[in-house]
Amino acid sequence: MTTMLEYSGVHAHYGAIHALRGVDLNVQKGEIVTLIGANGAGKSTLMMTLFGKPTASAGKIHFQGQDITRVPTHRISRQGIALVPEGRRIFARMTVLENLQMGSTFADPAHFDADLQRMFAMFPILEQRREQRAGTLSGGEQQMLAIGRALMGRPQLLLLDEPSLGLAPLYIKQVFKIIRELNEAHGMTILLVEQNAHHALRVAHRGYVLQHGEIVLTGTGEQLLASPEVRAAYLESSAEAHG
Amino acid sequence: MTTPAPIQFTPTHQMPAMLARAKDAVGVALVSLLLGIPMIGLHTVDQGGVLAVMTRWPWLLAFVVAMFVGRFVMQFALDHVKLNKAKRERKRPEVAARRPWLTWLGRALLGFAVVLPIAFSGNRYVVDTATTVLIYVMLGWGLNVVVGLAGLLDLGYVAFYAVGAYTYGLLSTHFGWGFWETLPVAGALTASFGILLGWPTLRLRGDYLAIVTLGFGEIIRLILVNWTDFSGGPNGVTSIPRPTFFGLPFSPSTDETTFSSFFHLDYSADHRVIFLYYVILALALLTNLFVSRLRKLPVGIAWEAVREDEVACKALGMNVTNIKLSAFAIGAMLGGFAGVFFAARQGFISPESFVFSESATILAIVVLGGMGSQLGVVFASVLLVLLPELGRDFSEYRMLLFGAAMILIMVWRPGGLIAHREPTVKLGRAPSPVPANQGAQA
Ligand SMILES: Nc1ncnc2c1ncn2[C@@H]1O[C@H](COP(=O)(O)OP(=O)(O)O)[C@@H](O)[C@H]1O
Ligand SMILES: [Mg+2]
Repeated sequence: MTTMLEYSGVHAHYGAIHALRGVDLNVQKGEIVTLIGANGAGKSTLMMTLFGKPTASAGKIHFQGQDITRVPTHRISRQGIALVPEGRRIFARMTVLENLQMGSTFADPAHFDADLQRMFAMFPILEQRREQRAGTLSGGEQQMLAIGRALMGRPQLLLLDEPSLGLAPLYIKQVFKIIRELNEAHGMTILLVEQNAHHALRVAHRGYVLQHGEIVLTGTGEQLLASPEVRAAYLESSAEAHG
Repeated sequence: MTTPAPIQFTPTHQMPAMLARAKDAVGVALVSLLLGIPMIGLHTVDQGGVLAVMTRWPWLLAFVVAMFVGRFVMQFALDHVKLNKAKRERKRPEVAARRPWLTWLGRALLGFAVVLPIAFSGNRYVVDTATTVLIYVMLGWGLNVVVGLAGLLDLGYVAFYAVGAYTYGLLSTHFGWGFWETLPVAGALTASFGILLGWPTLRLRGDYLAIVTLGFGEIIRLILVNWTDFSGGPNGVTSIPRPTFFGLPFSPSTDETTFSSFFHLDYSADHRVIFLYYVILALALLTNLFVSRLRKLPVGIAWEAVREDEVACKALGMNVTNIKLSAFAIGAMLGGFAGVFFAARQGFISPESFVFSESATILAIVVLGGMGSQLGVVFASVLLVLLPELGRDFSEYRMLLFGAAMILIMVWRPGGLIAHREPTVKLGRAPSPVPANQGAQA
């Protein structure tokens, strides 16, 4: 196995707020790794430090062996990293097709048609709605679009920040099915941030638990699912809600 | 784990809405009561040469009740209109449906614009007014790049118009530059000014950006007012040469060949007016073509994406700084071209032509027309130039009418006259589906 992404001792600050306190984390090629934690634990911050928003105040982030800690934000995705941000952030007043096109800005244009077909095959709803304004899609459809847009850049590492947030149960199932399929059928490496620990740990190979900016627990998906701490803190309520 | 409820439009809170409407109507009724006591409740009657104050409380009561009911019904109706609209928005299967009639409308307008000076030949006023409309159309299209497409609220756009105008005014009077040579230079110069303004404001959004751009517009104007040696100060620049027809001036026949003597025409002052009209028409059409093409290129689509979500753009690898600067530069350049034309047409420029209200008018044209819509800008320009002209009969009420008309339009069409946005990419046929796991892996 080769290491795709590695955080070593990463700290991050928002002014006086110390949001990440020495995070060590790695993602191997071909893995689904999930990061779970309560609201405000620093999950989004951890993802965004990869993009230099905020920049890590200490520690290093390596992607495929290269130090990318201080690479400018807009150059990160060109290295082969795609982010599906929290809250989806699709381009609401532009069409579905235009959104997908924006995702392929830095991909080889020769692949565009084939990639588009691939997205439409994976998300048939996007093909039906391709000339519709993205803002008029339902929440679940918007999430599909956000994932499709990220994949159009042909990334090697896909980052998903709470993709199931605010979705109807049916869509939550579909999102996790897609995550699994991307990984199994296409070998995509995925770092998945979730509050929905139950689903996330079942789909992931490994997981990390983040608390107040620190990794407090790590292990395989099954280990974490079985761990009493995780059960108590993250699963009790969600198991009945989503199980 | 509890997840926050999805943010959705749910029109289910019937009771609070009713209550709110009732409260609002009570408020209106109270105001009506206060105003109505002196105006309706009391009236004066002439009783044999003596004025007596009489009361008519039943009338007042009727008035107040009418206001209450009227307000309530109006709110109810308005809410329903909004609700239905929202529902339609969500349900419409192909929201970005094509509007072929818009294209035809555009073509018809173009045809009309081309024949206008012929149709109204001899009516100098019409051609002159149409020229003014076209200047605003061009300014509107330029500002549309910045505000409508890139979403950067610029309240100082008139500064670029001024820079363009003074570039021609000064280069022509001091160094004898012609209109056509100045155009590209002025374009480059104003584009640089656009970048100059854009650079420090990159991190600003919305209101903050608006205030800084407003300040920028004022700075340029104040420099023009106060740097007398350079710009002529409040007196401005006079005797700016008019554009020539490939070197042929529009003047009464003298020894040198003029436009009229070359074509063996009788000299008429209308020739120049018509020529100027066609120059600005050509400039405006070039602008339109240029912007329409840009919109379909990656940079143009990126402008809109930045308007929609900067964070997403950065995550997708776009250099938001450059995208914004390019919008500022291109918008400024188009404003500069319009400025050069303005100086050449007037033959005289002074800082008074570049006050804030001009920026406000241009912005109003963009907003009223429908942000990002090229055709909308045309309608809005026609409206904003013609309304004050038509309103001349109302003299001092002119601006009042003008303001009322604008408010009515924005209430009637909050998205602007033409809110439709033409998609930049289209697929002709529906692509045939491919099984999910068959595609090549990235
Ligand atoms: N832009 C910001 N400015 C200041 N504080 C922030 C900002 N974003 C996040 N924080 C703070 O950093 C901490 C971690 O936030 P975040 O990474 O969003 O958590 P999570 O994604 O796990 O819910 C929180 O205390 C939050 O208030
Ligand atoms: Mg978060």
